[in-house]
Amino acid sequence: MSGSAAVPSIPVAKTAGKAARIASSRGETPGKRFAIHAILIFAAIIAIFPVIRVFGVALRPGNRLLDSEFALIPPGATFESFRHVLTETDLPLWLFNSMVLTTGASIVGLLIAATSAYAFSRFKFPGRGVGLTLLLATQLIPAAMLLVPLYILAVQLKLANSYVGMVIALSVTSVPFSIWILKGYYDTVPIELEEAARIDGCSQLEAFWRILLPLSTPALVIVFLFNFLAAWNDYFLARILLTKQELLTWPLGLQRFQAQFQTQWNDLAASSILISIPVVALFLYSSKWLVSGVTAGGVKG
Amino acid sequence: MNLNAVTTAIGQVATTLVVIAIIVAVLEGALYLLLVRILKTRLAVPIMLVAPAVVGLTVLILYPLLWELNVSLTNMSLRNFKDPGLLGLSNGMFVGISNYVEVFRDPVLKLTGFWQLLGQTLIWTASNVTLHVLGGMALALLLHRQMRGKGIYRALIVLPWAIPQVIALLVWRTEYNNQYGAVNQLLNMIGIPNIPWLSDPLWNFVAMIITNVWLGIPFMMVIILGGLQSISGEFYEAAEMDGATSRQTFRHITLPLLRPVLTPAIILGTVWTFNNINVPFFINQNELETSDILVTALFRQAFQYNRYGDAAAFAFIIFALLLVFTVYYIRRTGGLKGAYE
Repeated sequence: MSGSAAVPSIPVAKTAGKAARIASSRGETPGKRFAIHAILIFAAIIAIFPVIRVFGVALRPGNRLLDSEFALIPPGATFESFRHVLTETDLPLWLFNSMVLTTGASIVGLLIAATSAYAFSRFKFPGRGVGLTLLLATQLIPAAMLLVPLYILAVQLKLANSYVGMVIALSVTSVPFSIWILKGYYDTVPIELEEAARIDGCSQLEAFWRILLPLSTPALVIVFLFNFLAAWNDYFLARILLTKQELLTWPLGLQRFQAQFQTQWNDLAASSILISIPVVALFLYSSKWLVSGVTAGGVKG
Repeated sequence: MNLNAVTTAIGQVATTLVVIAIIVAVLEGALYLLLVRILKTRLAVPIMLVAPAVVGLTVLILYPLLWELNVSLTNMSLRNFKDPGLLGLSNGMFVGISNYVEVFRDPVLKLTGFWQLLGQTLIWTASNVTLHVLGGMALALLLHRQMRGKGIYRALIVLPWAIPQVIALLVWRTEYNNQYGAVNQLLNMIGIPNIPWLSDPLWNFVAMIITNVWLGIPFMMVIILGGLQSISGEFYEAAEMDGATSRQTFRHITLPLLRPVLTPAIILGTVWTFNNINVPFFINQNELETSDILVTALFRQAFQYNRYGDAAAFAFIIFALLLVFTVYYIRRTGGLKGAYE
């Protein structure tokens, strides 16, 4: 890196970053640009092919389920499958259960992680380094390893078949990863901002609440998104803790669905779309924060 | 969707939130009295900040781990289903380290032993991580330029990450169906006969890898794209002036400057792939033991064969393997330098 120190002194090089990249992409031949677009279009098709296919299947009338055609809108398209899963199955209940459970768990997880990460980022205290290492080590624990003890613990505390155990377990298991991401992000926010606020009369916690938290929105959004996705997609914890019909979450319900109506491919497809829409929307909405939120901690090192 | 079930769900979750709030308030109050009023220590604020996380992780991770360690030294199973107590000493369930020895000696599943499962896991992890990084890197490099439709490409390619994993896996599993699955239909169009994706051991393993590569490339692409954006354009200009070819530029500028981002992402990706229970569990519909990796074998041993003592010992061996790899890799690459400052 030291060799490049001389570069900024050359006047031409002052326009760094974007300008340089625009210049280099202008230098590309039309053939190369065409090839790049072709590869990206191919990649995008592979990425969304299953999605397109699921849309097609969900719109198929019941008697053409196993047809070998790939049209996005099949002949005789109908919303019958959507009507069926929304009104004649328990899908709305499963979705509602998952939504309530996931929202509760993500909020608790975010609050616990945001405050702990502040301590790890801004304070020196005994056990800090060890604590960070242990948090990292928890990421190595195979999920199946904790399922047996958590199940026994839940039975002993009479928390099986209730959301109490689920909310606590889901919120805590995502805390270590959240602390690492948030600590990495807090570290990139200059401490001088909080010091200035304290000179103006803020207490330490007020400085955290009014200065650091608002500045950390990208990381907070990402952590909430990760917690939400982890809880929304959880299958194994729910599988061992929830058996009562009215408590099922969607991943369990969908499984039951498949067993109940052998290969009802269009019901599965219609439910899949309904389940995916909220998360995909949330994901795409927060994708503008995705890059900065995930990498801020790493880039610094 | 009846009203009763709705109120049950909201009631239980709301109660939980209130209970958690009360526990945290009591905990913080007690700590405040102890640390600020009685001990008057300067460490009061950080201790109070980390206290809820420490308590939560102790109850939900540390305690279960200790319980698991205890069980791993006993012969607890469905046939012998009772609380072993401390080391099973009081009721004769104590078996010492024999569970750990058996992991290497006896079949872990019905037929398949530890070493074969380890081999399958290593092939699974290595091929997935390699393809994730190569695919993610290629797409990130293509997207990292001024071009039309960049945002649309990115949104579409990120989609596999956004779709709920259980759904993606159920759909992929259906598409692998021998007759009416899309994969074989597409292959037929270009003249390739049906491939038994779900019943043949080799093809099922390939199907698992294809699915997981599809799922995992977006994460790597987003991470690498973030890394590319943080590299200053000045380096590339300097290289251009020195007449570097694009391959030289990639090797001597892009790759070294990506390392702070790439190393943690590879460590994380390796651990996630090694511990991935969803993909091998769902795509392996016929429960072929040749498609099991260590963590799915662990799940089957505990919840399908109900051999709790054996499964606990097996779990600690898997955990130890991963720990050794991670410590070695972090030491060698210095990947997390800076995170502790």
